[in-house]
Amino acid sequence: MTDDHPIVTPKIYPLGMDALVIQFARTVSDAASAAVQFMTATLQGNRHEGIVEIAPALASLLVRFDPNRVSRQTLNSWLTTLCADHDWSQLALPKSKRTWEIPVCFDGDAAPDLAEVADVIGCDPSKIIAEILSAELRVLAIGFAPGQPYIGMLPEHWNMPRKSAITAEVPAGALVTAVRQLVLFANPSPTGWQQLGLTAFRPFDLSAQDPVALRAGDAMTFVQASQSDISALRDSENPFGGASCKVH
Amino acid sequence: MQGALIHIDRIAPGVTVQDLGRPNIMGLGLSHGGAADRIALYEATALLGVSRVLPAFECMGIGGTFRFTGPMVIALTGTEMRAKLGERSLTWGACHPVSKGDVLTIAPRQSGGYGYVTPSCPIQTPLIYNSQAAHLTAGIGNMVQVGDCFSLGGPLCDDARNMRLAVSPDRYTGGRLRYLAGPQTSLFGAETLERFHNTDFTVSRTANRQGVKLDFLGEPFGCDLSDGIASDFIVAGDIQMTGAGQPYVLLAECQTIGGYPRIGTVIPSDLAKCAQAPTGSTIRFEPITLKSADAVLMSEHIQISALRKQVTAMIRDPHQISDLLSYQLISGVTAGDDL
Repeated sequence: MTDDHPIVTPKIYPLGMDALVIQFARTVSDAASAAVQFMTATLQGNRHEGIVEIAPALASLLVRFDPNRVSRQTLNSWLTTLCADHDWSQLALPKSKRTWEIPVCFDGDAAPDLAEVADVIGCDPSKIIAEILSAELRVLAIGFAPGQPYIGMLPEHWNMPRKSAITAEVPAGALVTAVRQLVLFANPSPTGWQQLGLTAFRPFDLSAQDPVALRAGDAMTFVQASQSDISALRDSENPFGGASCKVH
Repeated sequence: MQGALIHIDRIAPGVTVQDLGRPNIMGLGLSHGGAADRIALYEATALLGVSRVLPAFECMGIGGTFRFTGPMVIALTGTEMRAKLGERSLTWGACHPVSKGDVLTIAPRQSGGYGYVTPSCPIQTPLIYNSQAAHLTAGIGNMVQVGDCFSLGGPLCDDARNMRLAVSPDRYTGGRLRYLAGPQTSLFGAETLERFHNTDFTVSRTANRQGVKLDFLGEPFGCDLSDGIASDFIVAGDIQMTGAGQPYVLLAECQTIGGYPRIGTVIPSDLAKCAQAPTGSTIRFEPITLKSADAVLMSEHIQISALRKQVTAMIRDPHQISDLLSYQLISGVTAGDDL
């Protein structure tokens, strides 16, 4: 595991009136991600009275509570004890249960920021594409919009900040990058991330039995497709946009 | 038996059906959503005297024309808008009986804010994750369109109910917003925070159910992002700084995770004030401790109970009685304001 930020120190903060956030690190890292997934599983198996929601993010975990059933103080002490019981430096990512393969186009209008990203990283656009296609990726969290995956981790030299000016809108299906991650947009959306590609995958589809296709922990690989492939897949009724899912 | 219907004869963009939203599924990427001003829905509940919060038409700024095919009562809450039933003006912050064939027209008085029209016959639209609330950024539900026809359930209150509720006027003027520190507050230096607390912000025209942009004079509110912080949880009420140091207060339809740092979270009672602040009004921020915030936090149940006690019977204002001359008034002279 390559990791420049191996130090994982859980800290607990209040978020609004009815949530606590366990922050394992300020920045993204494989170690922080492993800690989040481990703690999510721990809490799901052992819910304190009054917890109404547990949600993982990239380096943190949200625990929402019903203030009528448990006090913030009681929950905070309980979580502090749970966190103190573990050696957070020794965790590896749990094995993925499923692997997704998703077609993506990196040409022309589908990749408006590809040249700029290549420039920031200091290599050829074709190398950027090759790195995405060969990376071992996981769904780290679902969020921002319904079903929308944060995917990581790309190599350390992909650690570029978000743009300071927001792009007014990227289309649904846009594959964007910042801080060693990829996001696959569920809906047309404003963003500070850089768009490198376009897919026909719909992460949120209300007509499906389970509208949210992906789950945190799923493995993911991308395969290159042409603009006409993606157009045809986007026009089809299939919400997965040509993606396949293997269960291990 | 077929229940009454509401036909939409005219509608401005930005009208949606809203209820209290979808709590506790952030892990699927769905923010809470629901009414931008939840208190306005509690007020409608108290006015109608019903046992649960009913879905409402939320009018962002403008409004439309609603035609009823049966008798019911409608509550008008939130930002004050012009309401007319046929040619007769209706008092806002009140509930009024309507009859078969009546046409209700809602029009704006000012720029910004949200008005709510809540029928006592519950609006019937599909439940998605246990809520009827449109969440347009998530692709759930639609804006109300001309020609739409909403099916309604049976009336949940007496057809003649005509009540009013005096609302504190400072709910609709912007003003002071109290906020709690959160996971990212410490990214902002003490000096930046002090300047933030001493700045008058102006509510921008760039405001919707996702958030309200706040304009200000002076340097951007920067913070230490040298490490490229991990995207982290967002909740309604968060005061988010873009990379350019521009503040937004995020509302019901915000994202669930985001990378721009948040100074803190506006407490729920003041968040409704923020959503309802008119364009151009002034906002200031004030930190509040968890202890003080817990002390002013009221559950939905307690808030509605308190509002129920403030509801009073409507006394018709003679200025609003269009056929005043046909009434048998006492003989002699009356100024009209001594009723």
